[in-house]
Amino acid sequence: MNAPPKAITGPSTFLDDRLGAGSFLKRNLRKIFPDHWSFLLGEIALYSFIILLLTGTFLTFWFKPSMGEVTYFGSYRELYGVRMSEAYQSALHISFDVRGGLLIRQIHHWAALMFVVGMMAHMLRVFFTGAYRKPRELNWLIGVILLTLALLEGLTGYSLPDDLLSGAGLRITEGVMLSIPVIGTYLAFFLFGGEYPGHDVISRFYTIHILLIPGILLALISAHLILMWVQKHTQMAGKDRTERNVVGAPFYPAFMAKSGAFFLFTFGVVALLGTFAQINPIWLFGPYNPANISAGSQPDWYMGFLEGALRIMPPWEINFLDHTLTLSVLIPALVPLGILMTGLALYPFIEQWVTGDRREHHFAERPRNNPHRTSIGISSITFYGILWLLGANDLISANFHIDLYTTTLIGRVVIFVGPAIAYWATYRICIGLQRKDAEVLSHGVESGVIKRMPSGEYIEVHTPAAEDIAEHIRGKHEIPVLESAEDGEGIPPKSARTPLGRLRTKMSAAYGTDHVPLGDGHVHGEHEEAHEDEHAAVGAGEHKQLH
Amino acid sequence: MTEQNEFPESRVPVRVIGTPPADAPIVENDPGVHAPEGVPGVIPADPVKARKAERVVALLFVIAFLAGVAFIASYVLFQVGTIDRTATSNYTLGASLAVGLLALAIGITVWVRQIMPKYNLVQERHAMASDPDTREYVRDTFVQGADESGFVKHRLLRRTLLLAAAPLGLAPLILLKDLGPLPGTSLRHTVWGEPTKGGKPRRLVVEGTGRPILAADFNSPGGILSVVPEGFEEDLDALAKATLILLKFRPEELKQGTNLNWTHDGIVAYSKICTHVGCPAALYEQTTHHILCPCHQSTFDASDGAKVVFGPAARPLPQLPIGIDEEGYLVAKSDFKVPVGPSFWERGDAEAKLRENAS
Repeated sequence: MNAPPKAITGPSTFLDDRLGAGSFLKRNLRKIFPDHWSFLLGEIALYSFIILLLTGTFLTFWFKPSMGEVTYFGSYRELYGVRMSEAYQSALHISFDVRGGLLIRQIHHWAALMFVVGMMAHMLRVFFTGAYRKPRELNWLIGVILLTLALLEGLTGYSLPDDLLSGAGLRITEGVMLSIPVIGTYLAFFLFGGEYPGHDVISRFYTIHILLIPGILLALISAHLILMWVQKHTQMAGKDRTERNVVGAPFYPAFMAKSGAFFLFTFGVVALLGTFAQINPIWLFGPYNPANISAGSQPDWYMGFLEGALRIMPPWEINFLDHTLTLSVLIPALVPLGILMTGLALYPFIEQWVTGDRREHHFAERPRNNPHRTSIGISSITFYGILWLLGANDLISANFHIDLYTTTLIGRVVIFVGPAIAYWATYRICIGLQRKDAEVLSHGVESGVIKRMPSGEYIEVHTPAAEDIAEHIRGKHEIPVLESAEDGEGIPPKSARTPLGRLRTKMSAAYGTDHVPLGDGHVHGEHEEAHEDEHAAVGAGEHKQLH
Repeated sequence: MTEQNEFPESRVPVRVIGTPPADAPIVENDPGVHAPEGVPGVIPADPVKARKAERVVALLFVIAFLAGVAFIASYVLFQVGTIDRTATSNYTLGASLAVGLLALAIGITVWVRQIMPKYNLVQERHAMASDPDTREYVRDTFVQGADESGFVKHRLLRRTLLLAAAPLGLAPLILLKDLGPLPGTSLRHTVWGEPTKGGKPRRLVVEGTGRPILAADFNSPGGILSVVPEGFEEDLDALAKATLILLKFRPEELKQGTNLNWTHDGIVAYSKICTHVGCPAALYEQTTHHILCPCHQSTFDASDGAKVVFGPAARPLPQLPIGIDEEGYLVAKSDFKVPVGPSFWERGDAEAKLRENAS
């Protein structure tokens, strides 16, 4: 093709005359995107969000967010003539009387689960590779807000159908609000329009779910993408890659086409799940009634950790001066979420403070090369994961025949011990992997060729690692350590004289000290020298005798 | 196929297990990849492979087309209404949609990988920070603008502007006040305490059927009965606090935690609303007399005033004083003496107060 067809040049000229879009396209059509499988995790979240907008809009055409009581006369026979809220009735209507309604409802629910899965996987990738470092801290903060909002969006969403399960979730939400000191009772009354359950909460959650939070999500996701675009994506270390460049494929046409395909993949997989994996069969639960509950009630997966925290908490409650502080609800509802979200939000800044590193970073670090960060991450995942598992302790108890109370008691111990063990194990694994890397660089790779030495010893011939792998390994950068050395007169630097300053220098030394420096590829020592000889020997073609 | 030319083809052991194959196009001088023509970093696809891929992609696109047609056909052909018909409609619509989307996705991916060139393009990064000249210009302009506006010079203007902003900023919050009534003491009462039409005590009726309960007939060996106040059987707000569980014990089974004055002939009524976060405590184990809340497994001993034996609930389930009316039906003698349901800030230790008053 020598020139674009007129169908394209015409409108393009029209637009460029009015918007000057040409210079934007000139800069961005061939924008380079580095390639790595882990860079696609965030896209899963993005595309799930688009699917949520599409399917959610479809659902609003039939859903009636009203708690007004009606009698059901729809086509689901088992509930014929039962009194229920209009919200539940319309959710049943979507499921049984609208063609494709059940499919879209299930796709919507699965996409919501996938949305949070994608966000968390993406967040962990960014965390473990240090991709939140300067200049990307703001985008990281936007991400933390997005995740928090997504949890709220999920909560307000699965509360809408007003079936027995969603009502149990609302009841727990109310109980948690009541436990907030001073203002909790008022908050609950304002949210529910009076006493629980009232007649307002579904319509209020509906507005929050389809307008308020999606609007904020849309704005923040746009900002997230724009910032990513402007700051350019991080890349993995490798040949010809530096802190000052990006190596990869251009936006147009390769990246664009791949992203389009990935959207279709995400949609296709969610559609498969929505078709064949039943989710939230509300017609089996029946309409909400505060006097009833079904055993095994569980929230969507991303709320499971809060549920687990509620379950393992001991019954602590403080009464004083005619007031009640319900620690047994307040602590599990706020502390784990608070630790995780605050920790995530502050981590880039804490790390900067500890390392004193104010430089820009554009390489995605390998997790092993920052062992303390990786350990903190795995430790947090363990904390979250244990709480999440305990959110299903009744099912664990039933399926694995463990006493129910034993699971709780174990949980109360493991929630403290587990993260500590995870920290230690991760740290050791990171150091081990670093040693492995150093070995690959200095000793090379096992070749599968066994050689017998004149002394009778058998050794395996090592050959240098492939160039791309070696380059990838050499991409390890040292973590800066704060200056703590005392000067000639035994006086530490000014910043390290306060107790906090001393702690900071200690933390910095622990965080940044490289226990396994990469060699320069030349090896020393008796045994290694023998290997070095092998390279030469093999190069000379002697190995043929080994056959 | 490898840069280790000192090995014959039969021995090319230069990769670590689990790493990409040696002919992956990461390495530029890989002999398996053609030298770029024209643009550096753009490596055209193998024309033979591309021709083969074209047929595969076209086939996938045709499949996507057929799936799309099938989707529309299923919409027209399969109606909904019963469980079975809805299931059929769901499967045909969903399967055709998924097949269509996935065929398109795979087709485009093969297109990108086999027909489009491989890229190894390099682009420079630029520091995010503006250069010092720009910063200085912005700083000067800011100061100039501030001076021109008079915001700095005219103190009165500045202060009255802030003054004006304060109440207007609060206004949106004030507007939210009517979201709900203030709690008052409403969490301390249930409808059990409300007077009935005839002034008689309120009857306990079975949840679901609305049938009143004859004390003489009531026997719940091994079970609990879910009970609601007569006249409020459909009122969810009332039920959220007033629902009861009713059990019958032999006299020797009841321990001191249970207030015997509030029982009738071994029949005890507890609030069904868990004191943890308000789920209905609906499970009962006959041999141990344990009431279990299925949400967070708070466990209460029904024979001992429903005191907590395990789990996160901090307080026993409140007991409702019950008796019988002249016809022998179970009635509430009064409201609960302490607030039911989850704790709240204004609650205080109502149980302790009750004990004080009693002694």
